[in-house]
Amino acid sequence: MADAAKTAQQPQPVGRGEKAGAEFGYVGVDSVLEQMRRKAMKQGFELNIMAVGQSGLGKSTLINTLFKSKVSRRSVKPDDEERIPKTIEIKSISHDIEEKGVRMKLTVIDTPGFGDQINNENCWQPIMKFINEQYEQYLQEEININRKKRIPDTRVHCCIYFIPPTGHCLRPIDIEFMRHLSKVVNIVPIIAKADTLTLEERDFFRQKIKEDLRANEIEVYPQKEFDEDAEDRVINDNIREKIPFAVVGSDQEYQVNGKRLLGRRTRWGTVEVENTAHCEFAYLRDLLIRTHMQNLKDITSSIHYEVYRVRRLNEDSTQTHDEEDGHPM
Amino acid sequence: FHREAKFQSSRHLCDSAFDSQGEGARSVPLSGHVGFDSMPDQLVNKSVNHGFCFNILCVGETGLGKSTLMDTLFNTKFEGEPMQHSQPGVQLRSSTYELQESNVRLKLTIVNTIGFGDQINKEDSYKPIVEFIDTQFEAYLQEELKIKRTLHSYHDSRVHACLYFIAPTGHSLKSLDLVTMKKLDSKVNIIPIIAKSDAISKSELAKFKIKITSELVSNGVQIYQFPTDDETVAEINSNMNGHLPFAVVGSTEEVKIGNKMVKARQYPWGTVQVENENHCDFVKLREMLIRVNMEDLREQTHTRHYELYRRCKLEEMGFKDTDPDSKPFSLQETYEAKRNEFMGELQKKEEEMRQMFVQRVKEKEAELKEAEKELHEKFDRLKKLHQEEKKKLEDKKKALDDELNIFKQKKTAAELLQSQAQQAGGSTTLKRDKERKK
Repeated sequence: MADAAKTAQQPQPVGRGEKAGAEFGYVGVDSVLEQMRRKAMKQGFELNIMAVGQSGLGKSTLINTLFKSKVSRRSVKPDDEERIPKTIEIKSISHDIEEKGVRMKLTVIDTPGFGDQINNENCWQPIMKFINEQYEQYLQEEININRKKRIPDTRVHCCIYFIPPTGHCLRPIDIEFMRHLSKVVNIVPIIAKADTLTLEERDFFRQKIKEDLRANEIEVYPQKEFDEDAEDRVINDNIREKIPFAVVGSDQEYQVNGKRLLGRRTRWGTVEVENTAHCEFAYLRDLLIRTHMQNLKDITSSIHYEVYRVRRLNEDSTQTHDEEDGHPM
Repeated sequence: FHREAKFQSSRHLCDSAFDSQGEGARSVPLSGHVGFDSMPDQLVNKSVNHGFCFNILCVGETGLGKSTLMDTLFNTKFEGEPMQHSQPGVQLRSSTYELQESNVRLKLTIVNTIGFGDQINKEDSYKPIVEFIDTQFEAYLQEELKIKRTLHSYHDSRVHACLYFIAPTGHSLKSLDLVTMKKLDSKVNIIPIIAKSDAISKSELAKFKIKITSELVSNGVQIYQFPTDDETVAEINSNMNGHLPFAVVGSTEEVKIGNKMVKARQYPWGTVQVENENHCDFVKLREMLIRVNMEDLREQTHTRHYELYRRCKLEEMGFKDTDPDSKPFSLQETYEAKRNEFMGELQKKEEEMRQMFVQRVKEKEAELKEAEKELHEKFDRLKKLHQEEKKKLEDKKKALDDELNIFKQKKTAAELLQSQAQQAGGSTTLKRDKERKK
């Protein structure tokens, strides 16, 4: 019935650049941006962030520092588990935070017990399972007939991996974990407790880490293959140069030069967390929150989730086929 | 633990990111600027990069000024000459245009109904329209169900808004209008407008609007209501809801009024200015359709109309969400079940075909065997014949040989006699022989 659409007719430019004053010629199509913004403010945002690393690397502190509030599990339940768990546990806790009218539901997923056992074989498995479970949950909801208006998104958008500041190179457990998980989730590796490394040591360590990642073909965020255009690539190349960020976390404020700053006080000076000369926390925060948060979510939903979905839908069909025929395909 | 457990369960219940009671997720105050207030900007930037698309369907009789109104709304001359009235049936023609305003790229698709209302029998007039809308939904559903899909770069062709053009009779809605709108109201956002409203006087217009609204209500037609849940726009939207249907006038011609050039229609008795709110509701339409609610129209299409279509379609195909006595079915399982059923049927058909084939082969084989048998028999017969002939010939040969032998014997005997006689009788025998021989 409908003819094929006659595509892309370029009519005379509509109000391009000449909006001021002359209402004539102005349609108002660009107000859709404002409409989108309004809708987004009303709906709020969700972010699910996972922190993985051995105990004692400052995971809880860093998360608290990132979101400038006591959002980590330790802060919520301080008496809970002073012991190191015997197996890896996955604990998630959610918070509603608001800033300048923008509401966000932040879910922090903690992984106590990771890397703490004597035998850490397959330590990545429970975490992989958890991540896949979130994808599964989303998929199940998506294929429902009666589905919710907004499918609750519990998928892990970002996994911060804490590398202990050995100064040498990545350990086998680091490589194993990142190799497996970089295929299903955005991994942001960071050098934790970087105040034990000098600037030169940090640079050296960073280079070694990058070499190790390259050698093992591990793609961490921002992944090269997902750059959308040239502009993106420039920005992301810049970031790829600087990662992994060497960070220091703190939720304590100290008086430095008349200002109250977050930092760590030692006998030889105070490490200022947000001072980029001291550590790269500010870069991490900017990347995760101020510039690439939407991108993290997009890559999770349009790439990682889709890969999971394809795999899942394909494996379902081959499985049933096998059962039916009674002989292997 | 208790909090987390509650959180886990409330996750399944809450409809938006934020449960109204804040159950399960605690509010935490921030002690400094974190920076996620840039999220709306990040989201908007992403959308700007991707571009937007908006699809408008114009339904109305020929000659009601649909194309002109679109030109006026979007301030540009879309192509196409006025359509004739002699179309055999209702057809839909869609055209896509790329418009840009500041940094917003809009892919606008305008679908026009051609020949609507021109037929003598209009019973089926609404059908092509419904079909068109369903086709767009179907295309999206197919994409969504694909295994390898590209939803984020999919060009959304679903109809976001349907402008229903009502003829300016001044009396009431035509039955065609009511029937069509009723068929469309669960599939698309309908915005009814009174076309060419400069043909109606102000007082008649007020009465007309009231009549139309009451007819729509009494026939249960759900037209699109501008949303009033967001405080920023609640007031203006609820105000506008009261002005529906909008009485519009379209014009791309400009007339000089005072010292400005304005879009208007010039009559001997005065000039109707399109953008003058006292003259017509064009500005209101533009405000509502584009400047305030475009995003909401798109959202309603996706979350309400498309979901309804999807639900109906899937249920029609035999899927269900939950089985009362066992755990919930998954779409996947039901799909698999159906697929297996289908495969079973295919196999059965295959069997049948195979059987038939085998049958045919058998028959042919039998035929061939018969033929072979005959051939063998013939061969045997011929062989026998041949042997008999051979025997006969051999017998004859033998007979001949015997004769030959006898003859030879006779000859040898005769020669012997001759040589003996020669030795005895000398030349006289020879003479006598010679004489005898003569």
